[in-house]
Amino acid sequence: MATPSAEPAAAQTHHQFPLPKILEYPASTPPTLITQGAEGRLYRSTYLVPDLPCALKYRPPKPWRHPTLDQRLTKHRILSEARILAKCRRDGVRVPAIYAVDETAGWLMLEWIHGGPIRARINERLGKRTEGIAEDAELKDLMRRMGAAVGKMHQVGVVHGDLTTSNLMLNPSPASADSDSKNFLDGEVVIIDLGLASGSTSEEDRAVDLYVLERAFGSTHPRAECVFSELLDAYRGMFKQAPGVLKKLEDVRMRGRKRSMLG
Amino acid sequence: MSLETITLDHLPSSHEVHAVLFRDVKNAPFLHQQLLARNSDFEYGLVDASVVVSRLQLLSAVFKATLTAVNGALKTPNVHSEIVIALNSSSNIADSYRRFGISPSTKDLIAVKVTFPAEDGTEPLTSEQIWEHLKANVEGEALAITDDNISAATDLAKVRKYYKLNGLKWLDDIKDEKLKLKEVETLVIGGMALRGV
Ligand SMILES: Nc1ncnc2c1ncn2[C@@H]1O[C@H](COP(=O)(O)OP(=O)(O)OP(=O)(O)O)[C@@H](O)[C@H]1O
Ligand SMILES: [Mg+2]
Repeated sequence: MATPSAEPAAAQTHHQFPLPKILEYPASTPPTLITQGAEGRLYRSTYLVPDLPCALKYRPPKPWRHPTLDQRLTKHRILSEARILAKCRRDGVRVPAIYAVDETAGWLMLEWIHGGPIRARINERLGKRTEGIAEDAELKDLMRRMGAAVGKMHQVGVVHGDLTTSNLMLNPSPASADSDSKNFLDGEVVIIDLGLASGSTSEEDRAVDLYVLERAFGSTHPRAECVFSELLDAYRGMFKQAPGVLKKLEDVRMRGRKRSMLG
Repeated sequence: MSLETITLDHLPSSHEVHAVLFRDVKNAPFLHQQLLARNSDFEYGLVDASVVVSRLQLLSAVFKATLTAVNGALKTPNVHSEIVIALNSSSNIADSYRRFGISPSTKDLIAVKVTFPAEDGTEPLTSEQIWEHLKANVEGEALAITDDNISAATDLAKVRKYYKLNGLKWLDDIKDEKLKLKEVETLVIGGMALRGV
Protein backbone atom coordinates (compact mmCIF):
# COMPACT_ATOMS: atom_id res chain seq x y z
CA MET A 1 0.00 0.00 0.00
CA ALA A 2 1.41 3.40 -0.93
CA THR A 3 1.83 5.75 1.97
CA PRO A 4 0.19 9.12 1.47
CA SER A 5 2.32 12.14 2.27
CA ALA A 6 1.09 14.63 4.84
CA GLU A 7 -1.87 16.68 3.76
CA PRO A 8 -1.92 19.26 2.39
CA ALA A 9 1.27 19.29 0.35
CA ALA A 10 1.17 23.08 0.48
CA ALA A 11 1.97 22.94 4.16
CA GLN A 12 5.31 21.25 3.51
CA THR A 13 6.79 23.82 1.20
CA HIS A 14 6.40 27.53 1.21
CA HIS A 15 4.65 28.74 -1.90
CA GLN A 16 4.87 32.27 -3.09
CA PHE A 17 1.56 32.06 -4.93
CA PRO A 18 -1.63 30.34 -3.84
CA LEU A 19 -1.61 26.84 -5.31
CA PRO A 20 -4.38 25.64 -7.58
CA LYS A 21 -6.68 23.40 -5.55
CA ILE A 22 -5.55 20.26 -7.35
CA LEU A 23 -2.00 20.78 -6.07
CA GLU A 24 -3.12 21.17 -2.46
CA TYR A 25 -3.90 17.46 -2.30
CA PRO A 26 -1.01 15.22 -1.30
CA ALA A 27 1.40 13.94 -3.91
CA SER A 28 4.51 11.83 -3.71
CA THR A 29 6.54 14.79 -5.00
CA PRO A 30 5.55 18.21 -3.68
CA PRO A 31 4.83 20.60 -6.56
CA THR A 32 7.60 23.02 -7.53
CA LEU A 33 6.97 26.24 -9.38
CA ILE A 34 9.07 26.22 -12.55
CA THR A 35 7.99 29.40 -14.27
CA GLN A 36 5.64 32.26 -13.63
CA GLY A 37 4.64 33.90 -16.89
CA ALA A 38 2.27 36.72 -17.67
CA GLU A 39 -0.63 34.35 -18.33
CA GLY A 40 0.09 31.33 -16.27
CA ARG A 41 2.32 29.27 -14.08
CA LEU A 42 4.05 26.02 -14.68
CA TYR A 43 4.58 23.52 -11.88
CA ARG A 44 6.44 20.27 -11.81
CA SER A 45 4.75 17.45 -9.93
CA THR A 46 3.81 13.80 -10.44
CA TYR A 47 0.83 12.21 -12.16
CA LEU A 48 -0.92 9.44 -10.19
CA VAL A 49 2.21 7.59 -9.13
CA PRO A 50 5.62 8.60 -7.72
CA ASP A 51 7.63 7.67 -10.82
CA LEU A 52 5.71 9.66 -13.40
CA PRO A 53 6.73 13.34 -13.40
CA CYS A 54 4.30 15.80 -14.93
CA ALA A 55 3.98 19.46 -15.80
CA LEU A 56 0.92 21.31 -14.55
CA LYS A 57 0.09 24.39 -16.54
CA TYR A 58 -2.20 26.61 -14.53
CA ARG A 59 -3.96 29.80 -15.52
CA PRO A 60 -5.02 31.49 -12.29
CA PRO A 61 -8.08 33.73 -12.15
CA LYS A 62 -7.35 37.34 -13.11
CA PRO A 63 -8.85 39.53 -10.40
CA TRP A 64 -8.95 42.56 -12.70
CA ARG A 65 -11.21 40.80 -15.19
CA HIS A 66 -14.93 40.25 -14.83
CA PRO A 67 -15.25 36.78 -13.22
CA THR A 68 -17.63 35.35 -15.83
CA LEU A 69 -15.59 36.64 -18.72
CA ASP A 70 -12.38 35.48 -17.04
CA GLN A 71 -13.74 31.95 -16.56
CA ARG A 72 -14.83 31.81 -20.16
CA LEU A 73 -11.49 33.02 -21.53
CA THR A 74 -9.49 30.66 -19.33
CA LYS A 75 -11.68 27.72 -20.29
CA HIS A 76 -11.32 28.58 -23.94
CA ARG A 77 -7.55 28.87 -23.81
CA ILE A 78 -7.05 25.67 -21.83
CA LEU A 79 -9.28 23.70 -24.17
CA SER A 80 -7.77 25.19 -27.26
CA GLU A 81 -4.25 24.24 -26.15
CA ALA A 82 -5.41 20.76 -25.12
CA ARG A 83 -7.13 20.15 -28.46
CA ILE A 84 -4.11 21.25 -30.46
CA LEU A 85 -1.79 19.09 -28.34
CA ALA A 86 -4.07 16.10 -28.87
CA LYS A 87 -4.21 16.69 -32.61
CA CYS A 88 -0.43 17.01 -32.87
CA ARG A 89 0.12 13.88 -30.84
CA ARG A 90 -2.33 11.85 -32.95
CA ASP A 91 -0.67 13.04 -36.11
CA GLY A 92 2.76 12.03 -34.86
CA VAL A 93 4.17 15.47 -33.99
CA ARG A 94 6.31 15.28 -30.87
CA VAL A 95 4.57 17.45 -28.25
CA PRO A 96 3.94 16.65 -24.57
CA ALA A 97 1.28 14.00 -23.97
CA ILE A 98 -1.89 15.13 -22.18
CA TYR A 99 -2.65 13.41 -18.90
CA ALA A 100 -5.62 15.36 -17.58
CA VAL A 101 -7.55 18.57 -18.21
CA ASP A 102 -9.77 20.64 -15.92
CA GLU A 103 -10.73 23.65 -17.97
CA THR A 104 -13.08 24.96 -15.29
CA ALA A 105 -10.30 24.97 -12.70
CA GLY A 106 -7.91 26.34 -15.33
CA TRP A 107 -5.26 23.63 -15.58
CA LEU A 108 -3.71 21.15 -17.95
CA MET A 109 -1.56 18.24 -16.78
CA LEU A 110 1.12 17.23 -19.27
CA GLU A 111 3.97 14.84 -19.75
CA TRP A 112 7.14 16.22 -18.18
CA ILE A 113 9.79 16.82 -20.83
CA HIS A 114 13.30 16.30 -19.54
CA GLY A 115 16.30 18.15 -20.84
CA GLY A 116 15.22 21.78 -20.78
CA PRO A 117 14.51 24.44 -23.40
CA ILE A 118 16.75 24.55 -26.46
CA ARG A 119 17.54 28.20 -25.67
CA ALA A 120 19.59 27.12 -22.66
CA ARG A 121 21.19 24.21 -24.50
CA ILE A 122 22.35 26.42 -27.36
CA ASN A 123 23.66 29.05 -24.95
CA GLU A 124 25.61 26.42 -23.02
CA ARG A 125 26.95 25.10 -26.27
CA LEU A 126 28.08 28.51 -27.50
CA GLY A 127 29.62 29.57 -24.22
CA LYS A 128 31.97 32.44 -24.91
CA ARG A 129 32.86 31.18 -28.35
CA THR A 130 32.91 33.61 -31.26
CA GLU A 131 34.64 31.41 -33.81
CA GLY A 132 33.89 28.10 -35.45
CA ILE A 133 30.16 28.37 -34.85
CA ALA A 134 29.28 28.12 -38.52
CA GLU A 135 31.26 24.85 -38.64
CA ASP A 136 29.75 23.33 -35.48
CA ALA A 137 28.35 20.08 -36.89
CA GLU A 138 26.39 19.12 -33.78
CA LEU A 139 24.78 22.53 -33.54
CA LYS A 140 23.91 22.44 -37.23
CA ASP A 141 22.39 19.02 -36.78
CA LEU A 142 20.24 20.32 -33.93
CA MET A 143 19.10 23.19 -36.16
CA ARG A 144 18.07 20.65 -38.79
CA ARG A 145 16.09 18.64 -36.25
CA MET A 146 14.35 21.85 -35.16
CA GLY A 147 13.47 22.58 -38.78
CA ALA A 148 12.12 19.06 -39.20
CA ALA A 149 9.99 19.38 -36.05
CA VAL A 150 8.46 22.69 -37.15
CA GLY A 151 7.97 21.32 -40.66
CA LYS A 152 6.16 18.28 -39.33
CA MET A 153 3.86 20.46 -37.23
CA HIS A 154 3.07 22.65 -40.24
CA GLN A 155 2.51 19.59 -42.37
CA VAL A 156 -0.28 18.33 -40.11
CA GLY A 157 -1.97 21.74 -40.29
CA VAL A 158 -0.93 23.46 -37.09
CA VAL A 159 0.82 26.82 -36.73
CA HIS A 160 2.37 27.59 -33.35
CA GLY A 161 1.98 31.33 -32.92
CA ASP A 162 4.92 31.79 -30.54
CA LEU A 163 7.93 29.87 -31.84
CA THR A 164 11.07 30.62 -29.86
CA THR A 165 13.97 28.50 -28.60
CA SER A 166 12.24 28.58 -25.19
CA ASN A 167 9.25 26.79 -26.62
CA LEU A 168 11.33 24.03 -28.13
CA MET A 169 12.72 21.45 -25.74
CA LEU A 170 15.47 18.91 -26.22
CA ASN A 171 14.40 15.62 -24.71
CA PRO A 172 17.41 13.34 -24.29
CA SER A 173 16.66 9.91 -25.74
CA PRO A 174 17.20 7.09 -23.24
CA ALA A 175 20.20 6.00 -25.31
CA SER A 176 21.90 9.39 -25.18
CA ALA A 177 21.57 9.43 -21.39
CA ASP A 178 24.17 6.62 -21.42
CA SER A 179 27.68 7.70 -20.60
CA ASP A 180 29.07 6.55 -23.95
CA SER A 181 27.15 9.18 -25.90
CA LYS A 182 29.43 12.07 -26.75
CA ASN A 183 26.96 14.32 -28.50
CA PHE A 184 25.84 16.96 -26.05
CA LEU A 185 23.00 18.14 -28.30
CA ASP A 186 21.52 14.69 -28.91
CA GLY A 187 17.86 14.15 -28.31
CA GLU A 188 14.41 14.62 -29.62
CA VAL A 189 13.04 18.10 -30.34
CA VAL A 190 9.73 18.55 -28.52
CA ILE A 191 7.48 21.50 -29.29
CA ILE A 192 5.78 22.99 -26.21
CA ASP A 193 3.53 25.91 -25.28
CA LEU A 194 0.80 25.61 -27.88
CA GLY A 195 -1.30 28.18 -26.06
CA LEU A 196 -1.34 30.48 -29.08
CA ALA A 197 -1.41 27.75 -31.72
CA SER A 198 -4.20 27.27 -34.24
CA GLY A 199 -5.17 25.08 -37.12
CA SER A 200 -3.99 26.57 -40.40
CA THR A 201 -2.49 25.47 -43.67
CA SER A 202 -2.07 28.95 -45.09
CA GLU A 203 1.28 29.79 -46.57
CA GLU A 204 1.17 33.19 -44.92
CA ASP A 205 0.53 31.82 -41.41
CA ARG A 206 3.28 29.26 -41.79
CA ALA A 207 5.72 31.87 -43.06
CA VAL A 208 4.91 34.18 -40.15
CA ASP A 209 5.59 31.28 -37.76
CA LEU A 210 9.05 30.87 -39.28
CA TYR A 211 9.64 34.61 -39.26
CA VAL A 212 8.81 34.85 -35.55
CA LEU A 213 11.26 32.02 -34.87
CA GLU A 214 13.93 33.61 -37.04
CA ARG A 215 13.63 36.94 -35.23
CA ALA A 216 13.55 35.33 -31.80
CA PHE A 217 16.55 33.20 -32.68
CA GLY A 218 18.51 36.19 -33.94
CA SER A 219 17.96 38.17 -30.78
CA THR A 220 18.46 35.25 -28.35
CA HIS A 221 21.46 33.71 -30.10
CA PRO A 222 22.98 36.49 -32.26
CA ARG A 223 26.29 34.62 -32.64
CA ALA A 224 24.52 31.57 -34.01
CA GLU A 225 22.50 33.41 -36.67
CA CYS A 226 24.87 31.92 -39.23
CA VAL A 227 23.43 28.43 -38.70
CA PHE A 228 19.73 29.38 -38.92
CA SER A 229 19.71 28.56 -42.63
CA GLU A 230 20.19 24.89 -41.65
CA LEU A 231 16.80 24.97 -39.95
CA LEU A 232 15.11 26.41 -43.02
CA ASP A 233 16.88 23.96 -45.26
CA ALA A 234 15.62 20.97 -43.27
CA TYR A 235 12.14 22.52 -43.20
CA ARG A 236 12.16 22.70 -46.99
CA GLY A 237 12.35 18.93 -47.28
CA MET A 238 9.50 18.16 -44.88
CA PHE A 239 6.37 18.60 -46.98
CA LYS A 240 5.21 19.50 -50.44
CA GLN A 241 4.19 23.11 -49.73
CA ALA A 242 7.38 23.94 -47.76
CA PRO A 243 9.26 25.62 -50.66
CA GLY A 244 6.27 27.92 -51.19
CA VAL A 245 6.29 28.83 -47.51
CA LEU A 246 9.98 29.74 -47.70
CA LYS A 247 9.27 31.93 -50.73
CA LYS A 248 6.55 33.63 -48.73
CA LEU A 249 8.98 34.07 -45.84
CA GLU A 250 10.99 36.44 -48.05
CA ASP A 251 7.90 38.67 -48.44
CA VAL A 252 7.22 38.56 -44.72
CA ARG A 253 10.83 39.57 -43.98
CA MET A 254 10.53 42.44 -46.43
CA ARG A 255 7.37 43.70 -44.77
CA GLY A 256 9.07 43.37 -41.40
CA ARG A 257 11.99 45.47 -42.56
CA LYS A 258 9.71 48.15 -44.00
CA ARG A 259 7.76 48.28 -40.79
CA SER A 260 10.88 48.70 -38.69
CA MET A 261 12.15 51.42 -41.05
CA LEU A 262 8.91 53.33 -40.56
CA GLY A 263 9.52 52.84 -36.83
CA MET B 1 -5.09 -11.19 -1.65
CA SER B 2 -4.98 -9.94 -5.27
CA LEU B 3 -6.95 -6.83 -4.40
CA GLU B 4 -4.60 -3.87 -4.31
CA THR B 5 -5.13 -0.66 -2.39
CA ILE B 6 -3.72 2.44 -4.01
CA THR B 7 -3.60 6.10 -3.07
CA LEU B 8 -3.29 8.40 -6.05
CA ASP B 9 -1.40 11.68 -6.22
CA HIS B 10 -3.49 14.84 -6.18
CA LEU B 11 -6.53 13.33 -4.52
CA PRO B 12 -7.53 13.77 -0.87
CA SER B 13 -5.69 11.11 1.14
CA SER B 14 -9.02 10.06 2.64
CA HIS B 15 -9.87 8.53 -0.76
CA GLU B 16 -8.53 5.04 -1.34
CA VAL B 17 -8.69 3.00 -4.49
CA HIS B 18 -9.11 -0.77 -4.39
CA ALA B 19 -8.72 -2.68 -7.63
CA VAL B 20 -8.36 -6.23 -8.92
CA LEU B 21 -8.52 -8.08 -12.22
CA PHE B 22 -10.62 -11.23 -12.69
CA ARG B 23 -9.84 -13.50 -15.65
CA ASP B 24 -12.32 -15.92 -17.23
CA VAL B 25 -15.29 -14.67 -15.31
CA LYS B 26 -18.15 -17.17 -15.34
CA ASN B 27 -20.97 -15.08 -13.87
CA ALA B 28 -20.85 -11.78 -15.77
CA PRO B 29 -24.64 -11.88 -16.47
CA PHE B 30 -25.30 -12.06 -12.71
CA LEU B 31 -22.90 -9.19 -11.96
CA HIS B 32 -24.32 -7.08 -14.77
CA GLN B 33 -27.80 -7.71 -13.40
CA GLN B 34 -26.76 -6.43 -9.96
CA LEU B 35 -25.75 -3.12 -11.54
CA LEU B 36 -29.00 -2.84 -13.48
CA ALA B 37 -30.95 -3.58 -10.29
CA ARG B 38 -28.89 -0.90 -8.49
CA ASN B 39 -27.98 -3.37 -5.78
CA SER B 40 -25.96 -1.15 -3.45
CA ASP B 41 -23.84 -4.10 -2.28
CA PHE B 42 -22.41 -4.10 -5.80
CA GLU B 43 -21.25 -0.54 -5.94
CA TYR B 44 -18.11 -1.13 -7.95
CA GLY B 45 -16.67 0.24 -11.10
CA LEU B 46 -16.96 -2.92 -13.20
CA VAL B 47 -14.84 -2.44 -16.30
CA ASP B 48 -14.56 -4.81 -19.24
CA ALA B 49 -10.82 -5.50 -19.24
CA SER B 50 -10.66 -5.99 -23.03
CA VAL B 51 -10.76 -2.20 -23.54
CA VAL B 52 -8.00 -1.44 -21.06
CA VAL B 53 -4.40 -1.33 -22.27
CA SER B 54 -2.54 -0.57 -19.06
CA ARG B 55 -2.62 0.12 -15.37
CA LEU B 56 -1.98 3.81 -16.05
CA GLN B 57 -5.06 4.06 -18.26
CA LEU B 58 -7.20 2.46 -15.56
CA LEU B 59 -5.77 4.70 -12.84
CA SER B 60 -6.32 7.74 -15.08
CA ALA B 61 -10.01 6.92 -15.27
CA VAL B 62 -10.19 6.39 -11.51
CA PHE B 63 -8.38 9.67 -10.92
CA LYS B 64 -10.69 11.59 -13.21
CA ALA B 65 -13.82 10.07 -11.71
CA THR B 66 -12.70 10.64 -8.13
CA LEU B 67 -11.70 14.21 -8.81
CA THR B 68 -15.10 14.79 -10.43
CA ALA B 69 -16.76 13.36 -7.32
CA VAL B 70 -14.62 15.50 -4.99
CA ASN B 71 -15.56 18.57 -7.06
CA GLY B 72 -19.24 17.61 -6.81
CA ALA B 73 -19.61 17.44 -10.58
CA LEU B 74 -20.64 13.82 -11.20
CA LYS B 75 -22.52 13.18 -14.43
CA THR B 76 -23.63 9.72 -13.34
CA PRO B 77 -25.08 8.32 -10.07
CA ASN B 78 -21.77 7.75 -8.28
CA VAL B 79 -17.99 7.65 -8.49
CA HIS B 80 -18.09 4.02 -9.68
CA SER B 81 -20.28 4.59 -12.69
CA GLU B 82 -18.19 7.70 -13.31
CA ILE B 83 -15.06 5.50 -13.65
CA VAL B 84 -16.70 3.68 -16.52
CA ILE B 85 -17.65 6.85 -18.38
CA ALA B 86 -14.24 8.37 -17.64
CA LEU B 87 -12.75 5.69 -19.89
CA ASN B 88 -14.64 6.96 -22.90
CA SER B 89 -13.05 9.48 -25.25
CA SER B 90 -16.44 10.89 -26.13
CA SER B 91 -19.19 12.12 -23.90
CA ASN B 92 -22.09 9.79 -24.72
CA ILE B 93 -23.02 8.13 -21.42
CA ALA B 94 -25.01 5.18 -22.78
CA ASP B 95 -22.18 4.38 -25.20
CA SER B 96 -19.69 4.55 -22.35
CA TYR B 97 -21.51 1.93 -20.29
CA ARG B 98 -21.94 -0.31 -23.33
CA ARG B 99 -18.33 -0.13 -24.44
CA PHE B 100 -16.36 0.10 -21.23
CA GLY B 101 -18.61 -1.33 -18.57
CA ILE B 102 -19.37 -4.96 -17.76
CA SER B 103 -21.81 -6.72 -20.09
CA PRO B 104 -23.29 -10.23 -19.87
CA SER B 105 -20.59 -11.40 -22.30
CA THR B 106 -17.63 -9.94 -20.41
CA LYS B 107 -14.84 -12.47 -20.01
CA ASP B 108 -12.18 -10.53 -18.13
CA LEU B 109 -13.22 -7.95 -15.60
CA ILE B 110 -11.61 -5.18 -13.60
CA ALA B 111 -13.36 -4.31 -10.35
CA VAL B 112 -12.62 -0.96 -8.71
CA LYS B 113 -13.93 0.46 -5.48
CA VAL B 114 -13.19 3.96 -4.24
CA THR B 115 -13.67 4.39 -0.50
CA PHE B 116 -13.89 7.58 1.53
CA PRO B 117 -15.48 8.63 4.83
CA ALA B 118 -19.20 9.20 4.42
CA GLU B 119 -20.71 12.57 5.30
CA ASP B 120 -22.62 11.04 8.21
CA GLY B 121 -19.37 9.77 9.68
CA THR B 122 -19.80 6.09 8.74
CA GLU B 123 -16.44 4.37 8.37
CA PRO B 124 -15.64 3.24 4.84
CA LEU B 125 -15.33 -0.47 4.07
CA THR B 126 -11.89 -1.93 4.65
CA SER B 127 -9.99 -3.63 1.87
CA GLU B 128 -10.50 -6.98 3.63
CA GLN B 129 -14.27 -6.51 3.60
CA ILE B 130 -14.19 -5.53 -0.07
CA TRP B 131 -12.04 -8.50 -0.92
CA GLU B 132 -14.30 -10.93 0.96
CA HIS B 133 -17.31 -9.65 -0.92
CA LEU B 134 -15.65 -9.79 -4.33
CA LYS B 135 -14.22 -13.24 -3.72
CA ALA B 136 -17.63 -14.53 -2.71
CA ASN B 137 -19.43 -13.01 -5.69
CA VAL B 138 -17.14 -12.99 -8.71
CA GLU B 139 -16.43 -16.36 -10.25
CA GLY B 140 -13.07 -15.93 -11.89
CA GLU B 141 -9.33 -16.03 -11.36
CA ALA B 142 -8.22 -12.99 -9.34
CA LEU B 143 -4.99 -11.31 -10.46
CA ALA B 144 -3.14 -8.13 -9.59
CA ILE B 145 -3.71 -5.20 -11.98
CA THR B 146 -0.22 -5.19 -13.47
CA ASP B 147 0.50 -4.16 -17.06
CA ASP B 148 1.30 -7.76 -17.95
CA ASN B 149 -1.93 -9.13 -16.54
CA ILE B 150 -3.92 -6.39 -18.21
CA SER B 151 -2.19 -6.88 -21.59
CA ALA B 152 -3.19 -10.52 -21.64
CA ALA B 153 -6.84 -9.43 -21.59
CA THR B 154 -6.61 -6.47 -24.00
CA ASP B 155 -8.39 -6.53 -27.36
CA LEU B 156 -6.19 -4.03 -29.21
CA ALA B 157 -8.39 -3.93 -32.31
CA LYS B 158 -11.33 -2.87 -30.15
CA VAL B 159 -9.22 -0.31 -28.30
CA ARG B 160 -8.05 1.21 -31.57
CA LYS B 161 -11.62 1.35 -32.85
CA TYR B 162 -13.10 2.89 -29.70
CA TYR B 163 -10.37 5.49 -29.38
CA LYS B 164 -10.33 6.21 -33.13
CA LEU B 165 -6.72 5.16 -33.57
CA ASN B 166 -7.06 3.46 -36.91
CA GLY B 167 -5.33 4.78 -40.02
CA LEU B 168 -2.46 6.42 -38.13
CA LYS B 169 0.41 5.46 -40.37
CA TRP B 170 3.21 6.57 -38.05
CA LEU B 171 1.70 4.35 -35.34
CA ASP B 172 1.37 1.32 -37.60
CA ASP B 173 4.95 1.86 -38.70
CA ILE B 174 6.38 1.39 -35.20
CA LYS B 175 8.06 -2.02 -35.23
CA ASP B 176 8.78 -2.36 -31.53
CA GLU B 177 5.51 -3.69 -30.08
CA LYS B 178 6.25 -2.40 -26.59
CA LEU B 179 6.88 1.08 -27.90
CA LYS B 180 3.73 0.91 -30.00
CA LEU B 181 1.65 -0.06 -26.98
CA LYS B 182 3.15 2.86 -25.05
CA GLU B 183 2.09 5.25 -27.84
CA VAL B 184 -1.39 3.71 -27.88
CA GLU B 185 -1.60 4.19 -24.11
CA THR B 186 -0.58 7.85 -24.48
CA LEU B 187 -3.21 8.48 -27.16
CA VAL B 188 -5.86 6.69 -25.14
CA ILE B 189 -5.15 8.72 -22.00
CA GLY B 190 -5.13 11.93 -24.05
CA GLY B 191 -8.47 10.98 -25.60
CA MET B 192 -9.93 10.28 -22.17
CA ALA B 193 -8.65 13.61 -20.85
CA LEU B 194 -10.36 15.47 -23.68
CA ARG B 195 -13.55 13.35 -23.71
CA GLY B 196 -14.63 14.79 -27.02
CA VAL B 197 -14.46 18.46 -26.01
N1 LIG C 1 5.83 19.62 -20.55
C1 LIG C 1 6.85 20.28 -20.00
N2 LIG C 1 7.89 19.62 -19.47
C2 LIG C 1 8.92 20.29 -18.90
N3 LIG C 1 9.01 21.63 -18.84
C3 LIG C 1 8.01 22.34 -19.37
C4 LIG C 1 6.88 21.73 -19.98
N4 LIG C 1 6.05 22.68 -20.41
C5 LIG C 1 6.66 23.85 -20.09
N5 LIG C 1 7.82 23.67 -19.46
C6 LIG C 1 8.74 24.72 -18.96
O1 LIG C 1 7.98 25.81 -18.51
C7 LIG C 1 8.17 26.98 -19.30
C8 LIG C 1 6.86 27.69 -19.53
O2 LIG C 1 5.94 26.84 -20.16
P1 LIG C 1 5.00 27.36 -21.32
O3 LIG C 1 5.84 28.06 -22.32
O4 LIG C 1 4.15 26.25 -21.79
O5 LIG C 1 4.08 28.36 -20.49
P2 LIG C 1 3.63 29.86 -20.74
O6 LIG C 1 2.79 30.22 -19.58
O7 LIG C 1 3.04 30.00 -22.08
O8 LIG C 1 4.95 30.65 -20.65
P3 LIG C 1 5.39 31.90 -21.53
O9 LIG C 1 4.24 32.35 -22.36
O10 LIG C 1 5.84 32.88 -20.51
O11 LIG C 1 6.52 31.35 -22.37
C9 LIG C 1 8.84 26.47 -20.59
O12 LIG C 1 9.66 27.39 -21.18
C10 LIG C 1 9.60 25.26 -20.07
O13 LIG C 1 10.84 25.64 -19.54
MG1 LIG D 1 6.45 29.67 -23.34
